[in-house]
Amino acid sequence: MSALTATHPAPSFATLAWRQYRLERRMFWRNPSAAFFNFMLPLLLLAMFGAIFSSNQDDLDVIVPGIAGMSVVSTTFSALAYNMTAMRENGVMKRMRGTPMPSGAYLLAIAGHSVTNTALQMVLIIGSGKLFFGVDWPPQPVELLLFVLLGVVCFASLGVALSHVIPNNESAPAYVNAIFLPLIIVSGVFYDAADVPSFLAGIAQALPLTHLIDGLSAAMVTGSGIDDQISSIGVIVAWTVFGVAFAIRGFSWEARRN
Amino acid sequence: MAIEVRGLRKSYGDNEAVRGVDFSVRRGEVYGLLGPNGAGKTSTVEILEGYRERTAGEVSVLGFDPQQRPRALRERVGIVLQSSGIYRHVTVKEALEHFAGFYPDPRDVDEVVELAGLRGKESARTRTLSGGQLRRLDFALALIGDPELIFLDEPTTGFDPQARRGAWDTIRSLKALGKTVLLTTHYLDEAQVLADRVAIIKDGKILVEGAPSELGAGSGAVSYRVAWRNGSGLLNQQETDDPTTFLHELTAAALARGEKLDSLSVTRPTLEDVYMELTA
Repeated sequence: MSALTATHPAPSFATLAWRQYRLERRMFWRNPSAAFFNFMLPLLLLAMFGAIFSSNQDDLDVIVPGIAGMSVVSTTFSALAYNMTAMRENGVMKRMRGTPMPSGAYLLAIAGHSVTNTALQMVLIIGSGKLFFGVDWPPQPVELLLFVLLGVVCFASLGVALSHVIPNNESAPAYVNAIFLPLIIVSGVFYDAADVPSFLAGIAQALPLTHLIDGLSAAMVTGSGIDDQISSIGVIVAWTVFGVAFAIRGFSWEARRN
Repeated sequence: MAIEVRGLRKSYGDNEAVRGVDFSVRRGEVYGLLGPNGAGKTSTVEILEGYRERTAGEVSVLGFDPQQRPRALRERVGIVLQSSGIYRHVTVKEALEHFAGFYPDPRDVDEVVELAGLRGKESARTRTLSGGQLRRLDFALALIGDPELIFLDEPTTGFDPQARRGAWDTIRSLKALGKTVLLTTHYLDEAQVLADRVAIIKDGKILVEGAPSELGAGSGAVSYRVAWRNGSGLLNQQETDDPTTFLHELTAAALARGEKLDSLSVTRPTLEDVYMELTA
């Protein structure tokens, strides 16, 4: 029949990725609880800790990059672990897999959606840092961009990898928070990681968030250059390699059976 | 041929779910795969849909190997999975418009809304839809790309009788449009009413294949049933593989005795008789 039917060219990869991205954005804002936890929580914490530390500029200089680092984690790692689990278990991914939507375009759209949230939060955190907490505009914008990018790739891949371990929707919050809450406490989101007991400091030094916050702090507050952050970059990249390997390895388009 | 399957096998570890299945589906045909749970229906269909890799055998769907997942094939196929999800906060119309954007020549959204029986629900969010309405949305999303071939994996499971009639009407209208449909179902009446041909599958093998009305007859699976009342009014029943000879002898004997055979009937086995016999 196709010989007689006028056929149009198939929509391009970029078009499909863009349409999917816009759908993800729209759906995100329609789900108030997801929007709250993924988006508002870091800003609320910033406001609260900012108020608590308002008399001490040293503490404010710690909390602003700390919350920025936490935002990278919550918008990528936590959000993707939840989303990928939910879409896999609800059967959305399996349905998508049966359409002409290229898998790469679909995954790119989901990743792009997460990264948009990261970018929006960075703008809000840096803006409030300047307006309310006496933290000047980032002295090293290129370094800032580099660390946000490194953090996004690292924690996004770890979030996808975690989703492979989560067996169902109901247990997703337990898995994510079991990692997220200790991670933000140990990694010095709320205090200077240099001030903690040595056994905790040792753990912290092995974790990527500590190094992301170090990098963000250098870019946003102290202004020390990329040259001083090579070891931090090394740790983040090592976790990224681990995250990407497991994100690809365990990937499934279908709900876990039983 | 829309679908050709030769010597298809699928193992999950030690468990051999599909053990050498052969069948073909002609273009424009509604083909039913019938069988109990665990018979291998869904494994077979999901191989044809490109979800699973086969262990052995030859498979062709619209001339493509589905295992390669070519986009050109996915553009021409519509899939209603046994279960699948959709964004909870999307409206029916948005979902259809979005999915229409995946295809080179999609159908009109309003037309598909009408065809799937979703009129009046266009602006409802999917989380507010009933199970039956969600199933109709599954249909609508499978049809929006104007596919030549539609896979329906137990499309009416859990439907109330009225909703099933509605789904049947939709499937009939697909046939009227010249679409090819591969249907799996538990429901024998559904296969009887909709399918041009059915295959009964059990333990990963096709036991019998044919038009629902002819299945069993001649295959030797189930005999003809002859029933009559004898001279004393007692109801007799006899199953036979050779109704011609049996009737000849029966009527000859009755004539010789001067009896009438009240309520004489010869029934062909229904699809249900065949199914129960084969899958018991």
